[in-house]
Parts: sequence; structure tokens; C-alpha cells
Amino acid sequence: MDKTMETSHKILLVDDDPDLLAMYGELLAQLPSRPAVHTASGGHRAMAMLEAEPFRLLVCDLKMPKMDGLQVLSIVRRKYPQLRTVVLTSVVDEQFRSRAYALGVDLFWHKPSTEQEVKMFLECLESLLGREAESGFRGIQSKSLVDIIQLECISQSSSVLRITNGPLTGKIWIQDGELIDAEAGDLRGEAAFQKILSWKMGSFETLPPEPSRARTILKSYNGLLLESAQALDEARGEAAAEGTAVPTSPLAHLSQVEGVEFVLVMKSGDGGEPVARGLENPQHMAAWTRASMERFRALGERLRAGVLEQIEGLGPQRNVVLARQGETEFCVGWKHSMSLGEIREMMKKVLALWAS
Amino acid sequence: MGFLTLFAKSAPTLLSLPSGSFTVDRKGAVLIGTLPSSFPTDLVRDIAQQVLAAFREAETAQLPLAELAINYSSLKIRARELRGGAIVFLSPKAIDAPANHS
Repeated sequence: MDKTMETSHKILLVDDDPDLLAMYGELLAQLPSRPAVHTASGGHRAMAMLEAEPFRLLVCDLKMPKMDGLQVLSIVRRKYPQLRTVVLTSVVDEQFRSRAYALGVDLFWHKPSTEQEVKMFLECLESLLGREAESGFRGIQSKSLVDIIQLECISQSSSVLRITNGPLTGKIWIQDGELIDAEAGDLRGEAAFQKILSWKMGSFETLPPEPSRARTILKSYNGLLLESAQALDEARGEAAAEGTAVPTSPLAHLSQVEGVEFVLVMKSGDGGEPVARGLENPQHMAAWTRASMERFRALGERLRAGVLEQIEGLGPQRNVVLARQGETEFCVGWKHSMSLGEIREMMKKVLALWAS
Repeated sequence: MGFLTLFAKSAPTLLSLPSGSFTVDRKGAVLIGTLPSSFPTDLVRDIAQQVLAAFREAETAQLPLAELAINYSSLKIRARELRGGAIVFLSPKAIDAPANHS
């Protein structure tokens, strides 16, 4: 048996127009990877099919009766985060393109009208189908950032590493196996590089090289990695010697952020037992957090408003922010005197600390 | 011709996110608003109920709130508590989408 047949990807094509379903079904079946193409004439049918079996790619129209494409995509993003998603639509309103991307779709295509556009569309889909299988990136996630940088430098690679740690983002430029620049927030060069290395966790992405990037780092990568490791060790040692800032739990770390009055953390869903610091009765707050996150998440789906990013509450006694990171929900209480802008900035810190 | 259009299937439409505000009383009745009439009233009521419930339950959790901001990737809802009711502002967010693919 042909090996490609054994491992063929499954595509789910959703459109309320049966003629288009048939036409695109045929087109997609002819992709080089020979995917198995399944079709659904509406959102509800598509959800049932996704529930029944795993798919690699969802290609979805936007304008459909009963359940429109934005609703389908909202639910899909939440329930099947690994599923690749493509919007294929005749809608030209820029608002809907923005909203689709805000929902996390991989591609947004207007229904192709020329042979050239069809060809490009199919090439994009083929690339999307193969991307995960060909990339080694997911395997790298279990290695440390130092391992990845060494790997890039030893292999004389040229690339830009983008490192995301919660809301923080940093970039490291590597040219012909040499570290040439780094950027993290306002920092650049060696300082930025050391800052990025202090993040213990994160996700990595390799971007195309930028040979024209100005060089700000002149030391060898080995020397710089050694210096960064020493600097981190010294910082830990100093904190331990002062006997102050060595919190014993992650929650203690978070509660030391300026302005924080309390922190409550729990796994999302009903089963997660809340853990809190600075709260006398965390059960009430946990119940409110859980109910509010669920209430406004569901409202967002009905409104097709995209991902629920954060809920902020301002009160006469204290302010509060609810957020979610991965499977963890947070309720962080802030001093009443802080402005919303200050709270947002510090909340980013809290989430970044938790991620690291 | 009129007979034919009577049975014609109406084309599906997509819900646009509205910009505007509305005021709701403590019972959830919408009193006044500046949202476009094309935005479904049941969704306005839905927003009102969720916001009022969030204010009420926060008070039960001993966290009285005067203002709530709910941030979605495409929309921001801001609600101010108003004697048991609320004034609610909706503002769609502009998002930088990648360049057109077609």
C-alpha cells in the first residue's frame, strides 16, 4: 500500500453551497498529499463530524445559515486547538477578516476566481497540511533555550529566534552561526540576550534570517552563554544572601509584584481546586472567577467577538483582573489606587512570572 | 414575481460587531441605547444580563465593583454600575490582520 495513503490527512470542508462543496472537494482531493476530503453543508453538521473523528484541517465559509463561520471557528479554537483552520469566503468586509484572524485562523482566503488564485490557494493548503509534520519545532520545545541557541550556532545557521514567554516577547538574531543582536522590551544587545535567557520557559519560533540586521553583540556565543549563566547564578545567590526575595512558591512570587493584593490561581473547569495568597476566603472569589470567565466566554461565542482575553473590574475597595493562560485561570486583586493602565502593565508581569 | 420572492431563501448574513452604548435597569430592561438597529435585541439583552449578573455575584463574593471591562480579541465591553443597573459601552477593536491572501 502506498505510504502516503496510509498517512493521508483529513480535511473538513464546510460551505452551505452544495456546488461549491463539490467543486472544492474535488480540487482539494487532488493536492499532492492526497488528503481525504470530507464535506459538511453547515456549522452544526461540521461540529458533529469534528466530534466524531479527528481532522487535520478545517476549511470554512463565513456566511452560512443558522451557525455562521465565525461561530464555528470560535468553538473550534476552544475545543480543537490543534486543528488548522482556513476561512474561504466571498465576504470582502475587512472587519470579518480581522475577526477571523483574531480567532486564530491560519489563513483567510477570498474564494479564488482565477486559475492562478486557485493554484496559489492549493499551494497554501498543501503547505499548511505539511507544516507540522516537516517542522522539528515541536520537538525542540522540550530543550532549553541554551540548547537551541547552541544548535543554531554550531550548525552555522542564520535565523531569527522569536521567544514568547507569556505576554513577553524577545528576539535573537543569529547570522552564520554568530549571535549578532537581541531584543527584549526596551533592551537590546547583550542585556536583552541575558534577559531572554533568564526566562525559564516559553515557546520558540524560527523566523527567516535578517542579514541586514545591525550587529550589537560582538562576543562569541559560548562566552555570552557562560556570562549569562554566571549572572543568573549570582543574582540567585544575592537574593538568597539577603534572605528576602526567595519565595518558596510560585504564588509567593506573583504576590510580590508591585500593587498585588491577592492572587488566586486554579485550573480551568470545575475540577480545579483554587490556591490563593492574600485571600481569607478564596472559595467565594474562585466561584465568582469561574462563573465570570465561563459567562463571558460563552457570551463572546454568541457575539462572535473572538477570544476572551481579560476581564477587569474596578471597585471602591480594590480592583481585580481575571485572565486565563493555557489551562490556568487567574484572579488577581490590585490596590484601589492603581489606574487601569498600571494594572494592565503589572498584570502582564504577573502572567509572565507565572509562565516562567 | 412577488409570489416567487415570497418563497426565496434569504441569504445568510454575518453579525457585525456594533459600536455604541445602552442603559439597562436593575431588572435587565434596556432603557435607552445608541446601538444600530441591525444588532439583534436579544443579544443586547444577553449582554445586559451577563453584566448585571457579574456585578451582583461580585458583590456576593465581597468584591463590590463599580466598573467592568471585558476584553475580547475583537470587541471591548465596558460597563459601569448604575444604581443596580448599568450603562454598557461596546467598541469593536481594530486588529492588524495579515495581508490579503487572494
